[in-house]
Amino acid sequence: MKVGLFIPCYINAVYPHIGVACYKLLTSLGIEVDYPLGQTCCGQPMANAGFEKDSLTLAKRFEQLFKDYTYVVGPSASCVAFVKENHPRILSEHGEHVCETSKHIYDITEFLHDVVKPEHFASHFPHKVSLHNSCHGVRELHLSSASELTIPYYNKIRSLLERVSGITVVEPERIDECCGFGGMFAVEEPEVSTCMGHDKVKDHMATGAEYITGADSSCLMHMEGVIERKHLPIRTIHYLEILSAQL
Amino acid sequence: MSTTHSKAAKAFLSDKANAKWHDKTLYMVRTKRDRLSHAIPEWEELRNAAQNIKQYSNSHLPELIEEFEKNATANGCYVHYAKDAEEYRTIIERILRDHSVRKLVKSKSMLSEECHLNPYLIEKGYEVIESDLGERILQLLNANPSHIVMPAIHIKREIVGKLFEEKLGSEKGNSDPTYLTHQARKALRQDFLNADAGMTGGNFAVASTGEVIVCTNEGNADMGISCQKLNISAFGIDKIIPDLESLAIFTRLLARSATGQPITTYTSHIGRPRKGGEQHFIIVDNGRSKILGMPQHRKSMNCIRCGACMNTCPVYRRSGGYSYSYFIPGPIGINLGMLHNPQKHSGNVSACSLCLSCSNVCPAMIDLGEQIYVWRQKLDVFGQASSEKKLMSKGLQFLMERPYLFHSALKMAPIINKMPRFLLYNRLNAWGKDRELPQFAKQSFESWWKKNHQSKNN
Repeated sequence: MKVGLFIPCYINAVYPHIGVACYKLLTSLGIEVDYPLGQTCCGQPMANAGFEKDSLTLAKRFEQLFKDYTYVVGPSASCVAFVKENHPRILSEHGEHVCETSKHIYDITEFLHDVVKPEHFASHFPHKVSLHNSCHGVRELHLSSASELTIPYYNKIRSLLERVSGITVVEPERIDECCGFGGMFAVEEPEVSTCMGHDKVKDHMATGAEYITGADSSCLMHMEGVIERKHLPIRTIHYLEILSAQL
Repeated sequence: MSTTHSKAAKAFLSDKANAKWHDKTLYMVRTKRDRLSHAIPEWEELRNAAQNIKQYSNSHLPELIEEFEKNATANGCYVHYAKDAEEYRTIIERILRDHSVRKLVKSKSMLSEECHLNPYLIEKGYEVIESDLGERILQLLNANPSHIVMPAIHIKREIVGKLFEEKLGSEKGNSDPTYLTHQARKALRQDFLNADAGMTGGNFAVASTGEVIVCTNEGNADMGISCQKLNISAFGIDKIIPDLESLAIFTRLLARSATGQPITTYTSHIGRPRKGGEQHFIIVDNGRSKILGMPQHRKSMNCIRCGACMNTCPVYRRSGGYSYSYFIPGPIGINLGMLHNPQKHSGNVSACSLCLSCSNVCPAMIDLGEQIYVWRQKLDVFGQASSEKKLMSKGLQFLMERPYLFHSALKMAPIINKMPRFLLYNRLNAWGKDRELPQFAKQSFESWWKKNHQSKNN
């Protein structure tokens, strides 16, 4: 089994340590990991802003880089969801062949929870964390039961985090309300976006948690922007950093 | 880069206390909805059934409409057809004129808002009274609905108190909701009694029985129908459903989704005219059949106007109904506005973070968020795309299509972290007004990988 590691553009640029955590964690579980060089972006920022056609070349390139791996794994639910849900259509609408990558791409959560299934992580994290259930993780990749649906509760990220010793995991009252990032939405509707960000951080803080954690660095980045401006007493951490804390 | 919606939202959010109240109040309705929907184990099957019935009905309209007409006529009702808003208005006016009506008492109808019925009739000299409490408040205020189910949700009781003082002669300074409701009831009672005709919309039209179903909590539709000999009920072609078994699916979904009630207080079947009276049905197209011909958007015709997508929408709750240019706000309103007139309503398409909560909450399973994504792709074709956003997208595309350039840029990027704040945080930076920018890492992941894997290989 060979895993192709997908590192989204902003993780490459802003949060490389999350990519490193992902790599170390997978390697520690005995998985062979490769990182195809020359990765940039999946094309989601352009597409969500209304310029899906600007992401065609990127989708083609993505397919070329990753099509031969058994699994493609990335530490960002929203980017993975974009490749999975939208690349096949983008490629086929422009007369390209059916997208292979979309069939074996996984967010790291799905990959750990559904494929690798480790019983515990050699990590100790004696802190209270509030789980950020991000929109595309919940409603596109189904990483947890969406609050709108009448289905039994489950949460794959929570389930993985609870395999770490010492940790206390809580969830905010509005369990999966959007943090207001939304790509270009954040700058096209800055007032609403910021208000959503503030409300979300406050909701996480009300749990008494020391950290906000989750599978989407883009949401964490947005909330971090709010926290730092207001000097709020809570921090953000990608949950892979928790799983790999002792590596 | 601002849009008509984002500008209006900014104004709405400037009154922080009110904005917070609006968000909390509507989220509470969403919570009530959750409590009831989660108590029904087969909820998701009901949503599926509703979707299937709507798709069946909307693709079998010719048969179903004929069946409705046949049964309604056999029940002694009159059936009219209106291809657009103008026909709808003129048919209604003609019926009123033929019966020498001077005063019309109406229950809530979004179709009448869509077709601008009230201003038309008022201009022709008719007195028109809205009898739904929220709609009546708005009519007296000369204002528009800000929500399709709770049209006056944005208006505080103190304002209603003052309004009733002035218009209905209620006690000075009394804004007790029960008192005000009684005042409205007292005044409306007279209107019901001395009007010459009643009018309703329709939540559903049942083909197999020829009945129109109206759901209200106030019983005002029933008062209107019962007090007048002449009644008109108008509805869009998308309201047709096959039979009473189908209706049972929708009545279980509608009130739970809308307000978190098991069922509306009144579910009235309008089937026959009163003794010696007349019942008219008007079946309206007004662009609906054109929408049914658009594969990417036809599911928007599944809508049962419950408003659940508004209550769950984090953007609607924080921007209010008036921030949208179309008379129906929120996710369904963004879509219907674009279907109605894309040139006029493209300023609403920004009002979505693509969180997709609306698509999950919709009882008729409309892919609301996904359709907004589709509209964004079309803005450029309509010449409505923001040139600033387009430039940003093109710039990103240029950079991302050139891995060498992207990774070289990342090596230089940490310099930005050290730039003086005034260069980074200014009016050109919409992110930075109330949020800090992320910091570029000293070493990108790709550089880390190269360094580590090269040293390993050596």
